[in-house]
Amino acid sequence: MHPSLTRPNVPDRLELRSIRKAYPAVVANDDVSLRVAPGEIHAVVGENGAGKSTLMKIIYGIVQPDSGEMLWNGREVVIRSPAQAQRLGIGMVFQHFALFDTLTAAENIALALPTTPSLNALSDQISSVAASYGLPVDPARPIYTLSVGERQRVEIVRALLRKPGLLILDEPTSVLTPQAVEKLFEALRRIAADGCSILYISHKLNEIQSLCDSATVLRGGRVTGTCVPRQETPASIARMMIGEDLPRYREATQAAAGRTRLELANVSLPTRDPFGTALADVSLGIRSGEILGIAGVSGNGQAELMSVLSGEQRLVEHGAVRLDGEAIGHLGPAERRALGLRSVPEDRLDQGAVPAMSLADNVLVTVNRGRATRCGLIRFSWIEAYAKTCIETFGVRCGGPAAHAGSLSGGNLQKYIIGREILQEPGVLIVSQPTWGVDVGAAVVIRQALLDLRDRGAAILVISEELDELFDIADRIAVMAGGRLSEGVERACTSRDRVGLAMTGGHGAPSLHVKEADDAVAL
Amino acid sequence: MPLHFEARTKPSAKMVWLAPATALALTAAAAMIVFASAGLDPVQALATFVLSPLSDWYGVGELLIKATPMILIGVGLSIGFRAGVWNIGAEGQLTIGAIFAGYLALRFGPGDGIWVLPSMIVAAVAGGMLWAAIPALLRTMFNASEILVSLMLNYVAQLWLSWLVFGAWRDPAGFNFPQSEPLAPAALLPVIIEGTRANISVVFALVAVALGWILVGRSFVGFQLRVTGLSSGVARYAGFSPHRAVWIGMFAGGAAAGLAGVGEIAGPLGQIFPTVSSGYGYAAIIVAFLGRLHPVGVLLSGLLMALIYLGGDSAQMSLGLPSAISGLLQSLLLFFLLAADVLVQYRIRYAPRGRSALGAAA
Repeated sequence: MHPSLTRPNVPDRLELRSIRKAYPAVVANDDVSLRVAPGEIHAVVGENGAGKSTLMKIIYGIVQPDSGEMLWNGREVVIRSPAQAQRLGIGMVFQHFALFDTLTAAENIALALPTTPSLNALSDQISSVAASYGLPVDPARPIYTLSVGERQRVEIVRALLRKPGLLILDEPTSVLTPQAVEKLFEALRRIAADGCSILYISHKLNEIQSLCDSATVLRGGRVTGTCVPRQETPASIARMMIGEDLPRYREATQAAAGRTRLELANVSLPTRDPFGTALADVSLGIRSGEILGIAGVSGNGQAELMSVLSGEQRLVEHGAVRLDGEAIGHLGPAERRALGLRSVPEDRLDQGAVPAMSLADNVLVTVNRGRATRCGLIRFSWIEAYAKTCIETFGVRCGGPAAHAGSLSGGNLQKYIIGREILQEPGVLIVSQPTWGVDVGAAVVIRQALLDLRDRGAAILVISEELDELFDIADRIAVMAGGRLSEGVERACTSRDRVGLAMTGGHGAPSLHVKEADDAVAL
Repeated sequence: MPLHFEARTKPSAKMVWLAPATALALTAAAAMIVFASAGLDPVQALATFVLSPLSDWYGVGELLIKATPMILIGVGLSIGFRAGVWNIGAEGQLTIGAIFAGYLALRFGPGDGIWVLPSMIVAAVAGGMLWAAIPALLRTMFNASEILVSLMLNYVAQLWLSWLVFGAWRDPAGFNFPQSEPLAPAALLPVIIEGTRANISVVFALVAVALGWILVGRSFVGFQLRVTGLSSGVARYAGFSPHRAVWIGMFAGGAAAGLAGVGEIAGPLGQIFPTVSSGYGYAAIIVAFLGRLHPVGVLLSGLLMALIYLGGDSAQMSLGLPSAISGLLQSLLLFFLLAADVLVQYRIRYAPRGRSALGAAA
């Protein structure tokens, strides 16, 4: 036990010394040290797989480190469980919320507290905490009626009620609109001003710059740098994160968009899932040679829209979906694929590929007409060659066509799945969350592949939560909110703020057009 | 305990085949303990148990005739099991196959037509498929569990057969025993190995293994079934119909079981009893899993299970042990196999106290 050298008398809230954690396949953390002062907002930055999550699990007591020391307010501690972490004063808000949908906010919070106060008293407490930090939460509302942002506030208030000395937030903005992000940051600054330290896990560099006092950068399980984000540029932090300069996209050779390939006309689809979103009068058209981006927070009807477009959800009204003018609403995924309409689902391991099968076998999932089979028998040499081509063309790092899909990293598997579809030169490609959980390098490869396909004349629809991605690659952007889809607007004619506002949704949502909206204000 | 299970990063290819061998060795060890506790020389008793049934050609024929229905049904069931279609009703489908074929045999067999036997086979296959169609239909229309429906239909089929054999089909010259007249020679399957009871159904089983291997290992339909069984999400995205998988899976099992049914009455039994199957429909489930749901594996495990049946018989005769020893060893074999299967996904690691290695990858 020794006092901190830089700040005598005030020990660090949390100090990690040479933390190491190895799993059979990978060293998740290697010699990781970091220190967080009281009231400091400290970013932990790194790509997917850099070891951020494992480190947080170690701090929160979910995972035990193989070696290394942890100091809490200057005293060495061994945290064996989340309950112990909470007793020490460590709170955590996970990326995937741990809330019961059918219970109210107050009931959910009561469940997590060590004592069981009366719900009335607790509700008052919740309201006062919520008010003092600018995190409005209605204690009486059931969780399933809350938006994603509201659910997150419930989680944060729950953690705050235990008066933590350290709050860990794991990718908290991945589900928020730009406006909601600003509100969250205000609340976090107030929390930190009250003396609670914050560990902020993220890969979004602009957010870290605006919020965090200091940052620890991880790559491949090791610390590659510490910095004061405000004194850095996104490019310099990115270099620490990925070890090289960010690759750039090739100049587009964009010709004007051509004729409309895929059309959706006034599709309304009631949902059978009580927590699903009904589609309300959705229409869209995608032209050849363009990428239409659909922005919006997940859970606003994207999954339902995807199923209508891919054919997993067939429609009674055949003409509601048209491909090159032909009614295809009644056709299933395989039949639509045969017509040149291909899709890439959001979930790689649950839908895009069978993890327990080889990459070559996974070719057959969507490439199974023509030369892949003969007389109903699989041509193994052909699918293996196809897998090999895909691996080489898209730089998939793997053990070859015989490697199991589940053995690939997220980014490499995603490259493989998108490559599998692109090699078929589809006339229309629908992609959902193309770079979700994918490292920066792979994301650039994937976006470039989509741009190239667009330049070859394909019509592409990209559904994404990442506004930056859509502003990078989409020609037109539409917004999905509450099961409704706005009109698509040229990228140059809209702005992040406009799109962000439209994402909060509801009727009377503002126009995406910067110009029109300004005119309207002027009138 | 300083020993821990540690998740493998990918399933061990070696263990997939080593696990059944381990299970076999452990079963043999357990058998020897049982023999020793009964006061027998364990090594000699085990040798008697395993080798005496195979001491002559007749014994080999018995082994084949015993293994045939289990291999046939095992191949059929494994096709459905791979697609996640759990047909537990092979016993009933076998019984219906026997009833359908038995009707033709009793009605037209004495007429001596050469078409009697082929039509019996066709009827048996159709009967098995018909019985399997009931759970398939209820599953695809109402999402009723095919496990429960097919299992319950076993009792319906069994009672139907009893009703027939105790009633309309009872042999008037049979001293009131519940059994049919002996089948006419035209309704019996030809014997293929002289001096044994091994008949042409052995060939059917081998053909089923070959067809099953093509379907499971080489065909696109087999691939679709495998994907449907492994991941419903991928199947939905790919557009592989889950209903089609249910129908194919149930029909494969039903057809194989029906064929096994005619093989029993037109083969070793030669007449129709209320108990036409000695639990082959259930034993085939073990055979299918013991054989890794692979047709060639099913062939080997079917022979092994048959050997344990025959070993039980000879244990009763020459060792003075109850024939329940067969059931005991079959259950132990499955038990050890399930235990050894853990090693496909996990490895055992020695680690000092306090450092738990149990956990998923990062």
